[in-house]
Amino acid sequence: MTIMPSHHIVSSYDDELKYLTRKIAAMGGHAERMVDQAVTAMVHGDAELARQIVSDDLFLDEAQRAIDERTISIIARRQPLASDLREVIGAIRIAADLERVGDLGKNVAKRAITIRHGMDPTSPFRGLRALADLALTQLKEVLDVYASRNVERLSETRDRDEQIDAMFTSVFRELLTYMMEDPRNIAPCTHLLFCAKNIERIGDHATNIAEAIFYIVTGEQLPPNRPKVDVSTEIGSAPGNL
Amino acid sequence: MAEARRSVKARRWAALAAGRLRRSAALLAASIAALLALHLASGGSARALAAAVAAVLLVALVSSGRRAPPPPAEPAQPLRGDTGGLTVENLAAAVADPLILGDARGAVLIANRAAVAAFGEMRPGLSLLLKFRAPEMQLLLETMISPKPEPASIDYVDRLPFERVFRVNAQPVGHATGMFVLLFKDQSEARRIERMRADFIANASHELRTPLAAISGFVETLRGPARNDAAARDRFLQIMQDQTARMARLIEDLLSLSRLEMKAPALAGKTVELSAVVDSVVETLRTLALDSGVEIDNLFGAAPIEIAGDRDELFQIFQNLVENACKYGRSGGRVQISRVIGAGRNEIGVEIRDFGPGIAAEHIPRITERFYRIDVESSRLQKGTGLGLSIVKHIVSRHKGRLAIASELGKGAAFTVYLPTS
Repeated sequence: MTIMPSHHIVSSYDDELKYLTRKIAAMGGHAERMVDQAVTAMVHGDAELARQIVSDDLFLDEAQRAIDERTISIIARRQPLASDLREVIGAIRIAADLERVGDLGKNVAKRAITIRHGMDPTSPFRGLRALADLALTQLKEVLDVYASRNVERLSETRDRDEQIDAMFTSVFRELLTYMMEDPRNIAPCTHLLFCAKNIERIGDHATNIAEAIFYIVTGEQLPPNRPKVDVSTEIGSAPGNL
Repeated sequence: MAEARRSVKARRWAALAAGRLRRSAALLAASIAALLALHLASGGSARALAAAVAAVLLVALVSSGRRAPPPPAEPAQPLRGDTGGLTVENLAAAVADPLILGDARGAVLIANRAAVAAFGEMRPGLSLLLKFRAPEMQLLLETMISPKPEPASIDYVDRLPFERVFRVNAQPVGHATGMFVLLFKDQSEARRIERMRADFIANASHELRTPLAAISGFVETLRGPARNDAAARDRFLQIMQDQTARMARLIEDLLSLSRLEMKAPALAGKTVELSAVVDSVVETLRTLALDSGVEIDNLFGAAPIEIAGDRDELFQIFQNLVENACKYGRSGGRVQISRVIGAGRNEIGVEIRDFGPGIAAEHIPRITERFYRIDVESSRLQKGTGLGLSIVKHIVSRHKGRLAIASELGKGAAFTVYLPTS
C-alpha cells in the first residue's frame, strides 16, 4: 500500500524530465528547419517563404519559455540531484542556444526579404549554401548525440567548427571581391556578409550545445581546446591583403 | 486486501483442479465405470462406492500435471500459416527499406539493417522523438504514441549530410499493443531528377537573359543619349548583333541537346567512314583556325575506317572539339588531330590536342556539365554557350563510346573520343 504512490511520484518525475528532452528535440527540429529554409529563401529570392519563417520563430520563443518554467518548477518541487540536476540545467542552456539559432535563422530570412539580387545569382549564394550546410550538419550531429548520449562522437563535431570558420573566411573574401568589382554589389553583399556571420554563429551555438551535452552525460567539462581559424578579422586591414 | 488475495488464490486452485480433471477425463470415466460395475456385481454398500470414487478423483487431482511426452511429431507437410518460429527481427531484416518498430513510449524496439544504414546508430531504447526532429516527423510520432494512433504517411526530407527524400508510412501494429511500425521509402532519385531539370531551366534562362539585358540597354542608349552619335550607333549596333548571334547560337545548342535527348539512338545499320568526317571537319574550320592564328595539323590519315554511327552527329562532336581547341588553345598556335588505337579493344580513338594553357585538374571532371565554365569571361569572349562539351559527351555516349580528357596546366589539353569499331 505504501509503495504504490512513491512509485507514482518517480514515474511522473520521469515524465517531467522526458518532457524536457522531447521539447528540446522539437525545438532542435524547428531551429534546423528554420535555418535551412532561410538559406533556401535567400538563394532563391523567395520572399514568401522568408515571411513564413519569420512567423515560425514564435514556436521557438514559446518552447524556450515553457522549458524555463518547467525547469524552475522541477527544481522547486523535486530538488533534483546529480545527473537529474545536470539534465535540468543542461536543458535550460540548450534551449537558450536553440532559441538563439532560431533568431539567427530569422535574421537571415528577414534579409532574404530585403535583398534584391541583381547579381550573378549563383556564385556568392553557393558559398553561403555550403557554409549553411556545414553549420547545419554540425547542429544535426550534436542533436543526434543528445538523443543517443554517445558523447564520444562530440569530438568529431568540434573539428567541424574549424571547417566552418575556414569556409566563413573564404566567403568573406569572395564577398569583398564582389564589392570591390562593382559598387552596385555593395548593398546585397553587405546583407550576405551578415547572413554568413549569422550562420557562422550557428556553428558556435552548436559547439555550446555540444559542451552542455558532454556535461549532462559525464558531469565534466569538455577540455578547452578551441583553435580559431577565422582569420577574416585580419582581411583587408592593409591594401593588397586580400 | 488480504481477502481479495485469498479469493484470487481459491480461484486459481479451482482452475488448476478443473484442468487436471479435464486432462484425465477418459481415464477417470473408465475407472468410475469399473467401480460402479464392481459395486453392482458384489452388491457392496453405497458408502464404500462413494469412498472409492472420491479416492479415484483425489488421485487424479493430486497426481502431478506431468504428462507422458507427446508422440514424436510426424514429418508431415508444414501446416498452412505455420511460420516455424519466425521472429519479428527476421521479418524486419527481410525488408529492404528502412523499417523501425517503435514502442508505446516512442522508443526503438527493432531497427532493421537498412534503417541503421540510412540513419546511423539505432540501438533499442533510442527515443525516436529525439532522433527524428523535423516538425512533420514529430507530429507523426506524436500521433503514433497517442492513445488513438491512426495509420498515416508523410514526406520526410533529410537534407544533410546529403539530400534524401523519404515517404514515411506509419502504422500501429497488433491490437492495442502501443507498438507501431515506420517504413521509409526512398524517393531521392525522383527528387534529384526533378531538381536537375529545374536547375537546367534556371541556368538556360539566365544564359538567355544576359545578352537580352545587354541589347535592351543599348536600345535605350540609342534612343536617348546616343541618338545623334553616328560612331556610337555603329558600335552599339555591332554589339547588339553579336549578342543576338550569341542568343541564336545558344538556342540552337539547346535545341540540339534536347533533340539528342528526345530521339532514341537509331544508329542501327548506319555506318560512317570516320577519316572522311574528320577531313570535312578540318575543311569547315580552316577559316576559323586561320582567323585565330592556329594551324590545324591533321595526322589522322586517310586509311578508311568504318564505324556504326550517324554522320551529322559525329561531325558535330569533332566540330565542337576542334573549335574549342582553336579557341581556348590559340596561344599554342597549333591543333593536332591524331589516331589512337584503343588498347586491346575494338575501338578507335580520335585525339584532338591543343598546346594552350591547359585545364586545371579540379575542373576536368566537371567541364562536360551544362553551363559549367572555367572562366566565364573568356568563354563569353570566345562566343561559347557552355553547352558544347555536354553535347559532345551526349553524342559520344549515344554511340557507346567514351570521352577521355587529359590536361595539365601550361601543357595544353587532349580530348580523345573513343568509338567502338564493328
